[in-house]
Amino acid sequence: MKYLSEYRNLEATKFYLSKLEEIVTQPWQIMEICGGQTHSLVKNGILELLPKQVQMIHGPGCPVCVTPLNQIDKAIALLKKGVIVCSFGDMIRVPGTHKSLLQAKADGGDLRVLYSPLEAVKIAKENPTKEVVFFAIGFETTAPANALSVLHAEKERLNNFSILVSHVLVPPAMEAILDDEFCSINAFLAAGHVCAIMGYYEYPPIAKKHNIPIIITGFEPLDLVQGIYMAVLQLENNKAEVENQYSRVVKKEGNKTAIDIINKVFKVAPREWRGIGLIPDSGYAIQEEYLKYDADSKFNLHGFKLEEIPNTCIAGDILKGIKKPFDCKDFGKSCKPATPIGAPMVSSEGACAAYYHFTNTSI
Amino acid sequence: MSISKESIINLGHGSGGELTRELLDTIIFKTFNNPYLNQKHDGSIVKIEGEIAMSTDSFVINPIFFKGGNIGALAVHGTVNDVAMCGAIPKYLSLSFIIEEGLPMSEFKTIVAAIKDAADQSGVQIITGDTKVVERGKGDKIFINTTGIGQVHKKANISTANIKPGDCIIVNGQIAQHGIAIMSEREGLEFESDIVSDSTNLNHLTIGLLDKFGDKIKLFRDPTRGGLGTVLCEISTEINLGVFMKETDLPLDKQVAAVCEMLGLDPLYVANEGVFLAVVDPSIATEVATFMQQHPKGKNATNVGVFTTEHPQKVVMESSIGGKRIVSPLVGEQLPRIC
Repeated sequence: MKYLSEYRNLEATKFYLSKLEEIVTQPWQIMEICGGQTHSLVKNGILELLPKQVQMIHGPGCPVCVTPLNQIDKAIALLKKGVIVCSFGDMIRVPGTHKSLLQAKADGGDLRVLYSPLEAVKIAKENPTKEVVFFAIGFETTAPANALSVLHAEKERLNNFSILVSHVLVPPAMEAILDDEFCSINAFLAAGHVCAIMGYYEYPPIAKKHNIPIIITGFEPLDLVQGIYMAVLQLENNKAEVENQYSRVVKKEGNKTAIDIINKVFKVAPREWRGIGLIPDSGYAIQEEYLKYDADSKFNLHGFKLEEIPNTCIAGDILKGIKKPFDCKDFGKSCKPATPIGAPMVSSEGACAAYYHFTNTSI
Repeated sequence: MSISKESIINLGHGSGGELTRELLDTIIFKTFNNPYLNQKHDGSIVKIEGEIAMSTDSFVINPIFFKGGNIGALAVHGTVNDVAMCGAIPKYLSLSFIIEEGLPMSEFKTIVAAIKDAADQSGVQIITGDTKVVERGKGDKIFINTTGIGQVHKKANISTANIKPGDCIIVNGQIAQHGIAIMSEREGLEFESDIVSDSTNLNHLTIGLLDKFGDKIKLFRDPTRGGLGTVLCEISTEINLGVFMKETDLPLDKQVAAVCEMLGLDPLYVANEGVFLAVVDPSIATEVATFMQQHPKGKNATNVGVFTTEHPQKVVMESSIGGKRIVSPLVGEQLPRIC
């Protein structure tokens, strides 16, 4: 695999860090959108290497963290009905209203952890007498493969496969964050892999409207340090443009094949974000033509809602960058990866879990 | 019907009756053929001088056949290595099967043959055992339990209590291979790779180290489930010292590193079956690493870290770009990331 070591080069990283020190003159708050970037910042110890004036704010780009409680409850209800529920690994420990998917599995539910949604189609084919539902969560990155699973099921003429859709989109979330009255973010590192799929034609209007630099950034240490440098350079020069740091992967127009597959199966729709609330046009729903593959329609789950049990999780403020994990009184005490109260403590991309696992601060 | 004509294991093979006897005679006793087992008694009587080390482990791996081994070889290596980690010379094993009705006889024979090979290579004898068969759906093909006993090496003084600040951590080989090899064959995670499990017996190397370095070896430990990261966390907590290590020192195969990146797994938490760490006095660290490198099971031996009084109970790793992070113990199972 190429690029495993090139972008972890000590000298090149030091070079950008020293250039960053040279140009920074005042405090700046930069939000990295993607949980993968948060993970890399913390895992590689980058936060402590940055100049004191540069503060990183961790964004909402952890797909597991923003998936609403209600969707998890629905998946658990399907398990109870005897449906084979297939899910990405990260999702299974996230607490729903009463329990997590993993706990529902222990109760006897047939939960399968998969890496690719296409595996779920295979399971449906192998189990013709059972209903199989894939829990289709994530951002634009997982949307093409999830959409493809529907197309494969159609091709195989399967009637026992459907997907429980909980897809969200990055640009509307960025707008929602910028519109928040407590928002103090000066620049964005946009999520490199989301842009690899979608391109970045959606970003210039956001940069212009909110007068904010947006740097499409990768995930390796050198990517991040260079992305931060590019953001600070713009800020110090009073610019607000879209720049592509991750040009080895991202093209402005994105991946046309992937976008076509997404548009064939999905349409843009309002979506609930866990901890943030309803954001208009911020996700995907299944197109009319493919509704027979929509688990919500198939199992009449549209009105499904369990009574919410209030808890003390401040995930919403963390996902919007208003608070840090250490600001939470439960962090590292009653809320730990083994006993998470909120979703950001579960996935390795969640800000709380990343802080818990990797930071040097006493816990 | 004789065993030779039976194509699958059925409940009768665990009944204690005729079919059980035939299964034992034609496969178990024939394969392991040694004076202890041939007495066909309820147990075996053996003579061991000095201190005895004992360890037990149950093996429930899925899939039962994987690149680089199968559940049978693993059941021997796992227990032999646990006895070896006590500073002992593994001598005898017990061997118990819990078989799910329907296991193909050919697979059972392959597993038994692998057990025999692994036991011979490790220099241990199977001296007692048990075979049970459970109904279809009540097990998962085959579960194996082995218990091992060994003679503690005369020069050994293995204990976490001996570890002092400055002591070095030497690892015999590349980490994370077993876990990734298994994962590559699990349902839902199938991907093509040449990665092979590192499952092997380590006792010849640990005995060699004790022969040469004696009590300057403070500790052996094999980081199986939970990986190297979790084991180091456990030790540092137990002895109230910190561990400092550098990411660039970790012995890691390029292909394994690539798969870990793809799946979002941290190799520090991935299971090993042919890896152990030796904690040694700093004065002999280089010598120990060189000694290991000359042994077939230690070619990639590396000094990966050091115990320190700074940050007690915390394992700190310096990243390739010079940043530092805490290595915390693994919680639950490591799950592949979404994107």
